[in-house]
Amino acid sequence: MTQQFYVSPEQLMKDRADFARKGIARGRSVVVISCADGIALIAENPSPSLHKIGEIYDKIAFAAVGKYNEFESLRQAGVRYADVRGYSYDREDVTARGLASVYAQSLGAVFTAEQKPFEVELAVAEVGPTREQDHLYRLTFDGSIADENGFVVMGGLADQISDIVREAWEPEITLAGAMRLALRALATDKEADELPATAVEAAVLYRASESHRGSRRAFRRLLPEDMTRLLTEET
Amino acid sequence: MQDPSTGPLANQATSSFTEHLQRSRPELLPFNQLLPAGTVPSSPHATTIVALTYAGGVLMAGDRRATMGNVIASRHIEKVFPADEYSVLGIAGTAGLAIDITRLFQVELEHYEKIEGTLLSLVGKANRLGAMIRGNLPMAMQGMAVIPLFAGFDHSSGVGRLFSYDVTGGRYEEQEHHSVGSGSVFARGALKKLWKPNLPEEAAVAVAVEALYDAADDDSATGGPDPVRQLWPVVYTVNRAGHRRVPERDLAAIAGAIVESRAIAGREA
Repeated sequence: MTQQFYVSPEQLMKDRADFARKGIARGRSVVVISCADGIALIAENPSPSLHKIGEIYDKIAFAAVGKYNEFESLRQAGVRYADVRGYSYDREDVTARGLASVYAQSLGAVFTAEQKPFEVELAVAEVGPTREQDHLYRLTFDGSIADENGFVVMGGLADQISDIVREAWEPEITLAGAMRLALRALATDKEADELPATAVEAAVLYRASESHRGSRRAFRRLLPEDMTRLLTEET
Repeated sequence: MQDPSTGPLANQATSSFTEHLQRSRPELLPFNQLLPAGTVPSSPHATTIVALTYAGGVLMAGDRRATMGNVIASRHIEKVFPADEYSVLGIAGTAGLAIDITRLFQVELEHYEKIEGTLLSLVGKANRLGAMIRGNLPMAMQGMAVIPLFAGFDHSSGVGRLFSYDVTGGRYEEQEHHSVGSGSVFARGALKKLWKPNLPEEAAVAVAVEALYDAADDDSATGGPDPVRQLWPVVYTVNRAGHRRVPERDLAAIAGAIVESRAIAGREA
């Protein structure tokens, strides 16, 4: 019978955390910015069909970095959780806080119990009637949860991008302003000053979508042409 | 190994919300219940729905009455609902079950859209509704039938299409116009005389309201326009741009014009 080597719990957790961090840092970044018109979600993503950003519920969106298969299964599980909850109670009983805490439990359980932790980092965003009532939650691979104010940057060169966003972000920033800021921040390690609209995947959670857009579903994906229109309209 | 297959985020690969409920929360489904022998006490029934095609789309209208035997259970009930952006459904039969099936169907379509990232085809939606009505067959055999009418805009062929159902979930595509519910016989007679190919939208709304007026005239379970309480039929139109609820103001004017024209004619109906 082979003898197992003793590994201290501290070392085991550290190894797992390092492994997950490395996986996340390899990917490209995602920026979520709360602005005057809603919440802008922008991901550097050359694929037009493999999404990193998704709709969860009426006012709730999801953004992720890391391994596609892992965050996609989490996104689908989130949609199921939200739809079952909204169907059995009421649509307004589905909140980002509830969803984020379920994600946190799930990620935490995988981190400690499974062979390999999830190499993902998630953001759950909920748009409110005013900017102060927006909720942004950041969830990391070990199940930690953080309530962020204003913006979330994840994956890739998160620290550098985060510095650029922090400097320029203000509560009154418009949607176009937030998009421009994100495109500029995501180009940190690139030759260009700003990423082109075709290199990113973008979506918006519109504020007051019932009165302005005639739909309780606030989420809308922005195609590259929508992005171009948005960015040229306000300059 | 990797999926969180235990705990609250059970990962089961299906794009159908109904299938997901069947596996994980079967008690939430409106059907799927074993009823003991005996008769079900009287419960509200929803009545007449009409639907017709017009130039560029399709519309659906329903009266506002629910009955329980000879009693009017509700004067305000709404029986036509948007199913998603490009389709609507109307329901006749046991109101309690029908409203829950509608809710389930709405979530089903939205759920598919969110999981798959694309809309279901119109026929795909119609088939899902048929499967739900078939699921309700045991309840129908206890006297609690639900009969829907489904209409939507088909983007692949660029026209509005209509689907009717029977109690076993059979799906039938209808041409031009159709109606379901207790007053449907009378509404259908009116539609046959009033409907014309390529009606403009406003004229089509007026035809639907007049068909419901005729149904209410002869069927005690169908409510007519109610100027005392300012209640008008619920009308939804669906075209390439999506669904739209016809505003109360327009319906009041249309219903007023119909009543007036009938009064001037001064004949027996």
